[in-house]
Amino acid sequence: MKRIGLLGVAALAALFAFAAGPAGAQNKIVIRSVPIGNLKIVDPIWTTAYITRNHAYMVWDTLFALDADNKPQPQMVDTWNVSADKLTYTFTLRDGLKWHDGGAVTAADCVASLKRWGAKDGMGQALMGYTAALEPVDAKTFRLVLKQPIGFVIDALAKIDSNVPFMMPERIAKTDPNQQITEVIGSGPFRFVAEEWVPGSKVVYEKFKDYVPRKEPPSQAAGGKVVYVDRVESIYMPDHGVAMAALASGELDLHESPATDLLSLVEGNPDVVIVPNDKLGYQLFMALNHLYPPFDNKAVRQAVLWGLKQEEFLTAMTGDPKRFTVCAAVYGCGLPNESQAGTEPLLHPDPDKAKSLLQAAGALGAKIALMDQTDNDVHRAVLVAAQALRRMGFTVEVVAMDWSTLIQRRASKAPPEQGGWNVFLTNATVTGIANPLIHNFVKNCDQAWYGWACDPRIVEAGRQWALETDPAKQRQLIDELQRLHMENVTYVPLGMYRPTIIYRKELSGIIPAPAIFYWNIKKKI
Amino acid sequence: MWAYIARRVLATIPVLAIVALVVFSILHVAPGDPAALIAGDQATPEQIAAIRGKLRLDLPLYQQFALWLGNALHGDLGTSIFSNRPVAALFLQRLEPTVALAVMTTIIAVLLAVPVGVLAAWRAGSLVDRGVMGVAVLGFAFPVFVVGYILIYVFAMKLKILPIQGYRPIADGFWPFLQHLVLPSLALGLSFMALIARITRASVLEVLGQDHIRTARAKGLPARRLLFDHALPNAAVPIVTIIGVGVALLLGGVVVTESVFAIPGVGRLVVDAILSRDYPVIQGVLLIFSLTYVVVNLIVDLVYVAIDPRIRY
Repeated sequence: MKRIGLLGVAALAALFAFAAGPAGAQNKIVIRSVPIGNLKIVDPIWTTAYITRNHAYMVWDTLFALDADNKPQPQMVDTWNVSADKLTYTFTLRDGLKWHDGGAVTAADCVASLKRWGAKDGMGQALMGYTAALEPVDAKTFRLVLKQPIGFVIDALAKIDSNVPFMMPERIAKTDPNQQITEVIGSGPFRFVAEEWVPGSKVVYEKFKDYVPRKEPPSQAAGGKVVYVDRVESIYMPDHGVAMAALASGELDLHESPATDLLSLVEGNPDVVIVPNDKLGYQLFMALNHLYPPFDNKAVRQAVLWGLKQEEFLTAMTGDPKRFTVCAAVYGCGLPNESQAGTEPLLHPDPDKAKSLLQAAGALGAKIALMDQTDNDVHRAVLVAAQALRRMGFTVEVVAMDWSTLIQRRASKAPPEQGGWNVFLTNATVTGIANPLIHNFVKNCDQAWYGWACDPRIVEAGRQWALETDPAKQRQLIDELQRLHMENVTYVPLGMYRPTIIYRKELSGIIPAPAIFYWNIKKKI
Repeated sequence: MWAYIARRVLATIPVLAIVALVVFSILHVAPGDPAALIAGDQATPEQIAAIRGKLRLDLPLYQQFALWLGNALHGDLGTSIFSNRPVAALFLQRLEPTVALAVMTTIIAVLLAVPVGVLAAWRAGSLVDRGVMGVAVLGFAFPVFVVGYILIYVFAMKLKILPIQGYRPIADGFWPFLQHLVLPSLALGLSFMALIARITRASVLEVLGQDHIRTARAKGLPARRLLFDHALPNAAVPIVTIIGVGVALLLGGVVVTESVFAIPGVGRLVVDAILSRDYPVIQGVLLIFSLTYVVVNLIVDLVYVAIDPRIRY
């Protein structure tokens, strides 16, 4: 009996010892947030996935960054200059930049990182195509020498959207760009806690105590990145309703992409703030297959422009007119390259006119296969598209599939009835389509995206824009490109919409940007 | 007995081989391109092809299968093509939540359902019996996520006595660990309880009609001893079978419960892998599931020997 009693006491003691849990973590300021997706890939050069880009902003830094006016500002760079002949750019890094493993950031690291980025990213490839030499000068200085003057060097280095030119240690940056890096070591304001990463479920970042922020106030991706919390736990939650409830009750602090149809669960809750944090948001668009009937006929493609009402699509995506903008500008509205050339059909739709144009083109009743990614938000807009296309007079077959199947099938150049397609919808961040070099979705001919549009005039105008250094001439080229894209219907822009974020009122200092930046955020305990 | 166990173990090998081949075939017949998913929307076809090459997804299927099988036979289940982590490590990382949920669900279900099923059989035809069976039907009828939402609403949001979501490992403290498991275990356990209660009732009812029970009753045995010392052990075989099948299913991951309560278990690992066509993870984890089912079935067969002396192998 004594032995049983002693055993019982021992068991109870062990239970209570377990019950307490670790004490250390309780003194830290922790933000618990729900990200836009589940992080499985950590390499922002290997993939263009937005979740990876957002993760990368936590742990890596950039040479330049775009401020709130979308103007490039130095970030890791301290000083830079351009030679009189505009061929040589010399960059000197700021003092005190360190990697998370303690080493100093050097010019050699930056050169290797730029080369790896330049091998993958469209804008980076364009830059490298004009580069004669990219080499370190000393430990903190490196030089980019061009073959001819171009106007987009700093814009490229300040690119805010995937693939962002993040700087990595040289040994990591020398990884084949078609293979994923195996270490996550950066010089950014947070460090990645690898031992706590549960791919697809949880990512943990801790404040990098040796980070040296710039002195300027934060401004979008630029300025000082001062961290006021100890730790960020990013927890992927597939159930949006439960995530909302968890945030309302205080178990979570922030949700980066709440379901718009569930916002009513937290509207009116005095402890929860709802804001569209990205003033630009996403552009929704429709891709048409130029290879097969009916959209191999330009007149039919042009008819489609008249038959689509952007408000219908955007309401399906956000539900709230305050969160969308009717916009037919290929390079986005509210940005330097906004143009209204050729946008009349989309801005003043006329479905009856669309129908009569289709009839004149002999395409009334034409069968089209519309791919529908049912596991993706854009699915709502696809249903609207089906209705709109039928209203115009097409016979629409909606082909339901998951996103993974869609991205395989859209690469097929087979006829629609043999595994190909006619139409699909998707979206892109507006910052990712802001100029002809980065807007991959409207590239033409040899570099054409899915849909395979080809108008050689567009290719030439894009090439001229990249080389042009006179802003007035660049402006003219943008108008010309916009006009040509609408004339040839490279794709169909369906407007811009701004997703909302929700967060507890204890948080403050969230920077308006395309991604949630966790620096500058304070949490009241 | 040992010869039986050895025969069962050997029989596992062809089972696993067939599972491996079938899963591999289905995966590669189904549409989807992991290289395109990895590369992202803005990638060019050349970039996607380059990634496909690096991941050796452009090899002939028989070669891909042979490579994978060769590694699996050496204990290497491959590496996730997305996270670049070993499949075995990913699985082990997700195992604790799944095992914890399965054990807790089983304990709750068995402790509640077996006595209730025995009671229903003892009072067959009565209001008690009908009530128990009615609740059992409801247990089947309600989807797990509906039960989950109701439990969250009542206990987490209104009464605020339990957390809404998440999982805390046991290393973080026993009470947080337990608190986070109560609601998901109840949600999951309801249908499991319903099943066990019904099987228990049916099995005990059959045994209660047998001669030895009539004899025991005639000899004046108290009801409790009659039920639990005589009837239940004789009715145990189907009950143990259903518990074993249930545990195997739970260990295979219950993705709806894991999704509702944000539990990072094996079920979500597999579903995420399927949606992203992470072939090594799917193949590796399904192979482990198959092995689990085989082992659980073997344990169930061995438990039969313990509870029914008439069964010998």
